[in-house]
Amino acid sequence: MDIPYTVEVRRDTGLTNGKIGIWLFLASEVMLFGALFASYILIRVGAPSWPRGDTLLDVPMATLNTIVLIASSVTMVMAWASLMRRRFGAFRMYMGGTILLGLVFLVVKYFEYSHHIHLGELPRTNNFLAVYYTLTGLHGLHVFGGMMVNAYFWGPGSKLWKTNPVWFTNRVEHSGLFWHFVDLVWIFLFPTLYLL
Amino acid sequence: MSDSTGVAPPKTHVAHEVHHEELGFWRKYVFSTDHKVIGIQYAVTGMLFLLFGFSLMMLMRWQLAYPGAALPLAGQLFGEARMPGGTMLPEFYNELGAMHGTIMVFLGVVPLAVGGFGNFVLPLQIGAPDMAFPKINMVSYWCLFLGGITMLGSFFVPGGAAQSGWTSYTPLASIAGTGQTWWLIGMIFLITSSLLGALNFITTTIQIRAKGLTFMRFPFFVWAQFVTAFLLLLAFPPLEAAGVMQLMDRVAGTAFFNPGGLIVSGQPLESAGGGNALLWQHLFWFLAHPEVYVLILPGMGIVAEIIANNTRKPLWGYRSMVYSLVFLGFMSFIVWAHHMFMTGMGTAMAAFFQTTTMIISIPSVVILTALIISLWGGSIRFNTPMLFAVAFLPMFGIGGLTGLPLAFNIADIPLHDTYYVIAHFHYVVAPGTIFALFAGIYYWFPKATGRKMNETLGKIHFAGSFAFMNVVFMPMFIIGMAGVSRRLFDAGSAYDFAQPTMHWNVVSSWGAWMLGIFQIPFIVNFFWSIWKGETAEDNPWHATTIEWAAPSPPPHGNFVVAPQAYRGPYEYSVPGAARDFTAQHEA
Amino acid sequence: MSDHAADMTSDHAVDIDKHVRIYISVFVALMILTVITVAISYLDLSVPVAVTVALVVATIKGSLVACYFMHLISEKKLIYWVLAVTVAFFIALMALPVITHSNGYWIA
Repeated sequence: MDIPYTVEVRRDTGLTNGKIGIWLFLASEVMLFGALFASYILIRVGAPSWPRGDTLLDVPMATLNTIVLIASSVTMVMAWASLMRRRFGAFRMYMGGTILLGLVFLVVKYFEYSHHIHLGELPRTNNFLAVYYTLTGLHGLHVFGGMMVNAYFWGPGSKLWKTNPVWFTNRVEHSGLFWHFVDLVWIFLFPTLYLL
Repeated sequence: MSDSTGVAPPKTHVAHEVHHEELGFWRKYVFSTDHKVIGIQYAVTGMLFLLFGFSLMMLMRWQLAYPGAALPLAGQLFGEARMPGGTMLPEFYNELGAMHGTIMVFLGVVPLAVGGFGNFVLPLQIGAPDMAFPKINMVSYWCLFLGGITMLGSFFVPGGAAQSGWTSYTPLASIAGTGQTWWLIGMIFLITSSLLGALNFITTTIQIRAKGLTFMRFPFFVWAQFVTAFLLLLAFPPLEAAGVMQLMDRVAGTAFFNPGGLIVSGQPLESAGGGNALLWQHLFWFLAHPEVYVLILPGMGIVAEIIANNTRKPLWGYRSMVYSLVFLGFMSFIVWAHHMFMTGMGTAMAAFFQTTTMIISIPSVVILTALIISLWGGSIRFNTPMLFAVAFLPMFGIGGLTGLPLAFNIADIPLHDTYYVIAHFHYVVAPGTIFALFAGIYYWFPKATGRKMNETLGKIHFAGSFAFMNVVFMPMFIIGMAGVSRRLFDAGSAYDFAQPTMHWNVVSSWGAWMLGIFQIPFIVNFFWSIWKGETAEDNPWHATTIEWAAPSPPPHGNFVVAPQAYRGPYEYSVPGAARDFTAQHEA
Repeated sequence: MSDHAADMTSDHAVDIDKHVRIYISVFVALMILTVITVAISYLDLSVPVAVTVALVVATIKGSLVACYFMHLISEKKLIYWVLAVTVAFFIALMALPVITHSNGYWIA
């Protein structure tokens, strides 16, 4: 049984099901991270004192991570563009790059966390750290999740290119939308936590 | 550049009875991606949890009627840790209370109303072969299932299940036993299930509807599910965030909700402090208010369908009802703090939320009034679905109207957290939504099974349920107005001011147990009819909406020929027509 | 369905070339803005000013990602509607900290 508009767009909306589905999911993610940001603001404004991010956190490492994630967004969109140009080899290269850059991000995060833990700076130590660990932790989980999906499309999922290249291209695009969103969240997280 | 593909002509969807590969038992009945199977899975799960949640309450009602008395026989079943010598411990009472609420809301009503009815009926009503994302649909059910297992499992951990109310207010919930952690994890599964379901419903409604089925030709049920899906999609994530933060507080020792300086059992609680207990309330109610509209809207949708069908005339004020529904959806996001009037908010905030709450009553009243007016001049058929649907109207009316005093922050002062509140919301959900759900079960049972449920048993079920719902909940208004707080393990018996109304607890309890007995005809009817019920034709109710065009039960893919909509959803008694109904899909 | 592959003709490819140029430009812009964000943090600005500047820059960067990488600039109306509704409720959510600290007045 065929579900219509999986691959072809519906005339009046101009969209495929997957495109709507992923944007709806991102809408819910906006509310998720929004709630966390709102909570952070509430706790910070209510606190008698609050350390500046750069006094407790490693700005150079986080700046590197920001560059890494932005670069991964570029490789992600290039992966999709390669599929649009029917260059499967280029897709694999760019998608592989995206996954690798995601891995770099997580490795840097691992070093950041280890350093803090080593210094006894735990989530329970104070609310600044609680917010830091929770926000970056949840974001990190999203990076990991995105990487898993991307790895699927790089690996076993890429079989679909042979049987239904348009559908495959769409799915990579949708996965890309999630990845860009994760980058977008970091673009706000980075200055908020590390620089303010 | 928007999408990778060009536009192509839509394909006719043809139901396939035989697949390219025959699915094995597990893929066909357990891990099915067919919305009908998933809908039934949700519905059965929901009904089982409704029964379980109700049983928890029937147990609580013993304690409320006869505080401190030993429960004969059954009381021995719960062990020394919970009911020593058959007398309920306060901790157990709290466990029952918290889990009753949680289970009824998140594992009972929503899975049945949205997961069950939404999944089964919506694609059929819009003429679709299935949901837009069948695999995600399946995953959403199994997330619910895992959430349910987690919640059930929490009863067996040391210290028992969550005991801090379904509202899990901090810092009480932060210091509660392990069961609370399980509650939080369970909620994360349930929220995920709802989010996945919601995006499926929205995408399906927009994209997979039949040709000719414009938005203003949707059955009201479809609109109700559509708005509900938006509420679920956008309101749940803040609670998920809050749940993560409470988990961090409990497991990682953070202090998101802990202001510091707490003394627990005489010992200072070690914490960095600096958190805000109110933050939890804000985030919780940001979801939980839209959540109550999630509880009622599908019910309104079901009642609308059944009323149109059994009055043999179109709904009165369809357009107003739709606009009201959408407006209600929007407003539901900006009324939440009316649950927090007693938290010390200033007058401007109280005034704001009071105003939005009063405003939100308007669309509810419009919908209710339109449904009532729809009865006027109708050729009413009082079959079992219609009995429940019509009873919904005054019951929801009482529930809704009794909410108005709670909306005023001044009037809320004596009523807040009393039995009045319990009576108010139970009227809306119990003889409100649950009646609508019963109506829907009797109504759509023939479509799902190809058989009708027994009318006599249905009427007995109705009569007993209607009478005893009122016996249970009406006295609670009296108890509440006398000032008796909710969640009191001894029902207020320690207080002098509660003495004049204590006897009403006995009335409510017997009402609840009688209500329980009257569910037996329903349970018997339900199972007996699956195998022995009178066979039903495709359209036994002579209804106009598209789901009745499919065979009963519909095959995989639903429609032999893809339906097309030619007119509105309620073309009953059209002058000059051969029959008293003209189906939406009839050319 | 596989015949749709033929839709990805050479003019699509030209289209994509233009887009790729945009992606590279956006990447450069994002790098510059990142440097700016970090550089500004070294100026000792007062908290309200620092927050405003940081959020403005982040919003610009976020908009670039959204508009060009996520193709929002050429998306369909329905997606815009979904996002508009989301933004409305996001604002309601952001009002939470305002409410909690407002002591009875609209803005503390």
